[in-house]
Amino acid sequence: MKKLLLGDEAIAQGAIDAGLSGMYAYPGTPSTEIMEYIQHSKLANERNIHRTWSSNEKTAMEGALGMSYSGKRAMVAMKHVGLNVAADAFVNSAITGVNGGIVVVVADDPSMHSSQNEQDSRYYGKFAQIQILEPANQQEAYDAIIYAFDMSEKYKEPVLVRITTRLAHSRAGVSLIDTPREQNKLSLPANPTQFVLLPSIAKVQYHELLKKSTAFIEESENSKFNFYTDGEDKTLGIIASGIGYNYYMENFENMPSPHPVLKISQYPMPKSKVEKIVNECNEILIIEDGYPFIEEQIKGYLTNNKIHGRLDGTLPRDGELNPNIVAAALQGKKFEKLMPPEVVKPRMPAMCVGCGHIDAYNALNEALKDFEKGHVFADIGCYTLGAYEPFNAINSCVDMGASITMAKGAADAGLYPSVAVIGDSTFTHSGITALIDAVVDKSNIVVVISDNFTTGMTGQQNSNALGRIEDICKGVGVKEEHIRIFVPIAKNHDEMVKIIKEELEYDGVSVVIPRRQCVRTLKNRALNAEIKELGLV
Amino acid sequence: MKTDIIIAGVGGQGILTIAAALGTAALNNNLNIKQSEVHGMSQRGGSVISNFRISDKEIYSDLVPFKGANVVISLEPMEALRYSSFLAEDGWLVSNITTYENIKGYPEFEEIKKTIETIKNHILIDADKIAKEAGSSRSTNVVMLGAGSWFIDIPADEIEKAIAEIFKSKGEKIINGNIAAFRAGREIAKTFIS
Repeated sequence: MKKLLLGDEAIAQGAIDAGLSGMYAYPGTPSTEIMEYIQHSKLANERNIHRTWSSNEKTAMEGALGMSYSGKRAMVAMKHVGLNVAADAFVNSAITGVNGGIVVVVADDPSMHSSQNEQDSRYYGKFAQIQILEPANQQEAYDAIIYAFDMSEKYKEPVLVRITTRLAHSRAGVSLIDTPREQNKLSLPANPTQFVLLPSIAKVQYHELLKKSTAFIEESENSKFNFYTDGEDKTLGIIASGIGYNYYMENFENMPSPHPVLKISQYPMPKSKVEKIVNECNEILIIEDGYPFIEEQIKGYLTNNKIHGRLDGTLPRDGELNPNIVAAALQGKKFEKLMPPEVVKPRMPAMCVGCGHIDAYNALNEALKDFEKGHVFADIGCYTLGAYEPFNAINSCVDMGASITMAKGAADAGLYPSVAVIGDSTFTHSGITALIDAVVDKSNIVVVISDNFTTGMTGQQNSNALGRIEDICKGVGVKEEHIRIFVPIAKNHDEMVKIIKEELEYDGVSVVIPRRQCVRTLKNRALNAEIKELGLV
Repeated sequence: MKTDIIIAGVGGQGILTIAAALGTAALNNNLNIKQSEVHGMSQRGGSVISNFRISDKEIYSDLVPFKGANVVISLEPMEALRYSSFLAEDGWLVSNITTYENIKGYPEFEEIKKTIETIKNHILIDADKIAKEAGSSRSTNVVMLGAGSWFIDIPADEIEKAIAEIFKSKGEKIINGNIAAFRAGREIAKTFIS
């Protein structure tokens, strides 16, 4: 059977067909559709696969570890910066190893279409010393997930699958296996201390991991995802990874490549294959969508003029690749971006018409108008668009939760007023611990939690903060009289300004909650019912 | 056989619906497809495109190469120009004339029009009006698909079947409205091709 699937959906379908029992994720472009597909899958429903959103990527990774401990297969999906949040659990999961298979899917975003950086997750896989797969197309993405679960259970280690935006959000026909595999039964680890990383145990476990590295290279040598294709013209050899391979092959109109090509989609790198192509060709061009991960390893520290790629400027040092960039490199030309005609103006994303964040910013800007600019630390979500015209309302956006802790640090330094702006879902992702720090220090800050009952930017997924914000704030020690809630609409403008001003006056931690449903969710019946039941309107 | 298509517009204008119809039609006809979309931040009223490639041979890149598109179909005229550099030498630019002005300093329409008219093969239609006349005012995107369908190597009746398929759950009336919109767009565009 052939199905038209996004790369993300192919991954999700692959996991279901591989006998998945638990899917764990926090929404993040370009990875969000993996969980969404599993949430809507009939088979996932029949099999009762766990598929609700986690509070953040770390809790997701840990949930998967618990599922694996119990003998069942788990998958975790996140965007690249999410792996920074999950890194502690992720890196240590290589030391514990797994019981049921674990596949960690990370979607990188070269060119930063929807992200604050373009970090390359393959470095994390190498850092954790586990196997990495980097599928080149939607079919490989599907096949790679099933294969990754096999590898994970064969070696008792997690496997990292790295994709990029372009594959995540591009559709193609994908052939599925005929019969989905059975799920694992509940079974505890044979070694009861496998997951106990006390130093004495961790040392033993770590040696076990190191011993696997030779076998991992062996698997890469024989992997169907890594293949060498001969070519007559050996003045140049091509090493291309993941979708970089497609951008190379695109140049030959379905004719074979004139040069030898080594396609790499599984790591650690297939050593003998790499040695073969490097030895037989005069020069090597390395094409990879992301950081120069392969290039750095092959080139090494010493000068090596034979190896070309992103490091010597043959390809651009940053940004997403495309067929034209690769074509220019092959012709020894500098890539020239085609510019649109002059009349075309940039069209940046903006908050929706009727969005509650707009009214909240209008009130905040007015409440702060007697102070100089530069007092507002914001966070990651739709409200980050408050950095643009006409609001120019915020002065930071670094990582999930940083608004509150940066406002606190600035208050520590003596900045007054010091204001944080964070969304409901980002608050439960990473804002709570930050708020505790502020309460402990009695920091003079105002935290605006702009609550729209959803995880908006990524497409209105459930927010784990729904109906819990005041209780959380009270629970961590914010004084009840300094938790102020209002509905951000134009007619409440003066009242909102007054409340924010009062809380700016208060010397301590205040939480201000502008609360109004995201306009994009107004037709979501399940959410509407929940909001009503919780008495939020 | 191979067609490379760029579909352009502003987030929320219905680009993904056009892509879904073409994808269904291509799959039904056993063609290879690669269709890349924009999700996430830009969907909030930003500039969005879909790269759509169909072929009877293997397709490697998810992206259409610059100067490789057989047709650029745009739901908005300034967005048509933004992606006009993707057009192949003999490619066609097919655009709606209705502007979507959600930014400061949006250029004068006459300026945009003049620049579009410097492109050798272009079709400018009032898709909003055509959709309304076809009795389906929300089908501007499908009107544009009809107008661009002359340059896509899939028979028009196969695209119509796909439209019926993707709107199946919405009932007969919506299906018929969209098919009327598709035909109206196709009919009007015909007058530009000689």
